[in-house]
Amino acid sequence: MKLTDISGNINEWFDGTGPLADVVISSRIRLARNLAGHKFLSRCSNTEKSAILEKLKDALMELPLGDEIFYIGIDKAPVLDRNFLVERHLISRHHAFGKGPRGVVIAKREFFTAMINEEDHLRIQVLKGGLQLSQCAEQINQIDDSIENKVDYAFSPRYGYLTACPTNLGTGIRVSVMLHLPALKMTGHIEKFFNSARSMNLAVRGLFGEGTEAAGDFYQISNQVTLGISEEDIVSSFEKTIIPEIVEYENAARNQLVDKEANLLDDKISRAMALLGNAQLISSQEALFLLSHLRMGINIHERMGSSTPAIDRLCTRKSSGKKKSEGLSIKTINRLFMLTLPAHLQLNCGKSLDPAGRDTLRAQIIRSALNQ
Amino acid sequence: MLCQVCKKDEATIHLTEITDGIRVEMHLCQTCASEEGIAAKNQIPLNELLSNLLAVQPADEDLADNSTKLTCDNCGFTLDEFRRDGLLGCPNDYEVFEKALLPLIEKTHNGKTKHCGKVLSKAPADTKKQIALAALQQKLDDAVKSEDYELAAKLRDKIKRLG
Repeated sequence: MKLTDISGNINEWFDGTGPLADVVISSRIRLARNLAGHKFLSRCSNTEKSAILEKLKDALMELPLGDEIFYIGIDKAPVLDRNFLVERHLISRHHAFGKGPRGVVIAKREFFTAMINEEDHLRIQVLKGGLQLSQCAEQINQIDDSIENKVDYAFSPRYGYLTACPTNLGTGIRVSVMLHLPALKMTGHIEKFFNSARSMNLAVRGLFGEGTEAAGDFYQISNQVTLGISEEDIVSSFEKTIIPEIVEYENAARNQLVDKEANLLDDKISRAMALLGNAQLISSQEALFLLSHLRMGINIHERMGSSTPAIDRLCTRKSSGKKKSEGLSIKTINRLFMLTLPAHLQLNCGKSLDPAGRDTLRAQIIRSALNQ
Repeated sequence: MLCQVCKKDEATIHLTEITDGIRVEMHLCQTCASEEGIAAKNQIPLNELLSNLLAVQPADEDLADNSTKLTCDNCGFTLDEFRRDGLLGCPNDYEVFEKALLPLIEKTHNGKTKHCGKVLSKAPADTKKQIALAALQQKLDDAVKSEDYELAAKLRDKIKRLG
């Protein structure tokens, strides 16, 4: 399989479906595992890394996932491919630009990926659209069991699964939920969300872009404590308490915008439509920022029906016969979010582009989607 | 507010320094603050945080001395390397450096030091029992903390039966 087989479309988990999908983009669970009888990667020679890679690759390629599975040797992959996999959330930046023999096993539908020789010997993850953490947990648990039948994991009765960094010790689980929180940002309540997340030992970072920068108002919230608590308890606290509460706050902020600050909301959406519909050059950051406003507008329309003039214009467009036709969909906006990222643009047009070339192509793709 | 150095970008770092009772305020953008060597990092990498914690950690000087001298027979790893990278050398290190690592593990995991999650299906029966007991004990501690004494009594009985 080639990367261009998937690069023209968005992943299943980003298609705008799933429970609470207007705010919850996706649910992800990752498990960190290491093989018994081997050193952790910081002390491994390339020969030992290759042995680990082969052992795990053999076990993973036979997994009964019900989907086509393919392997990519990251150390030998071109830089553009690596960047694409990072944009696609199939590998981490650390894995893309790490050292030594390493690879990734991916299910074609992209709900499952396994990084071999990242910080730990093995990091498996399951991703689904909307809030579907229990389903992710069930699936990753089965996959983990199948792998355990073929290899021996490093495990201690006291500390559980042993990981290279003590921050992942115990369950080795990282539960991450990706959220779209434009209204909390616009109403100035996002800091409160950060503070309460921090007080609950949760980590928050941006979804696109690096570090804490949250381009397009996308945030990823995840657990930090992995020891002394069961996988079920972590998953259930996210699914039953933490995430529904954040969704409620975001929806309340959206209602507040419609009821009390319709002018501000309409201004943001109208500006976004005007800029995206006419710009000849647009950076990835600016596109994410503006698309975020359109995404929120469409979500508000889907939830509340007719609300403000700009949202109505966005969601119902007049065709030539002066008959109202369907406007932009969440799926179109999500496609634009992902397909206009730098590596996606270049892979899909089949050549490498300098920043100005990318800004031109990005603007062109967005204009044609919006003016259809 | 614009950065008072370059006067171009928005000031995002605001410093207040009080020296000898005199208050001086500075408003800088990220770039100028970096150049002045006072930029706050957005987020300290977890590994770095861990190494910092470990570096300032043991109050017990003997322990610090002994641990520093220790080397893992399996991978040749020393605590100095952990201080530098925040990563261990092999699974055996958790045993070799246990005394030095334990306070750090406790800090990172909200005071918890015992696994009470999934168990290897291949694990011996007493490991499974040990972890099940640790999980119940953890739930009991939580129940007592939240003053749910009815649940605490049930958990205590369960622990007695299992133990």
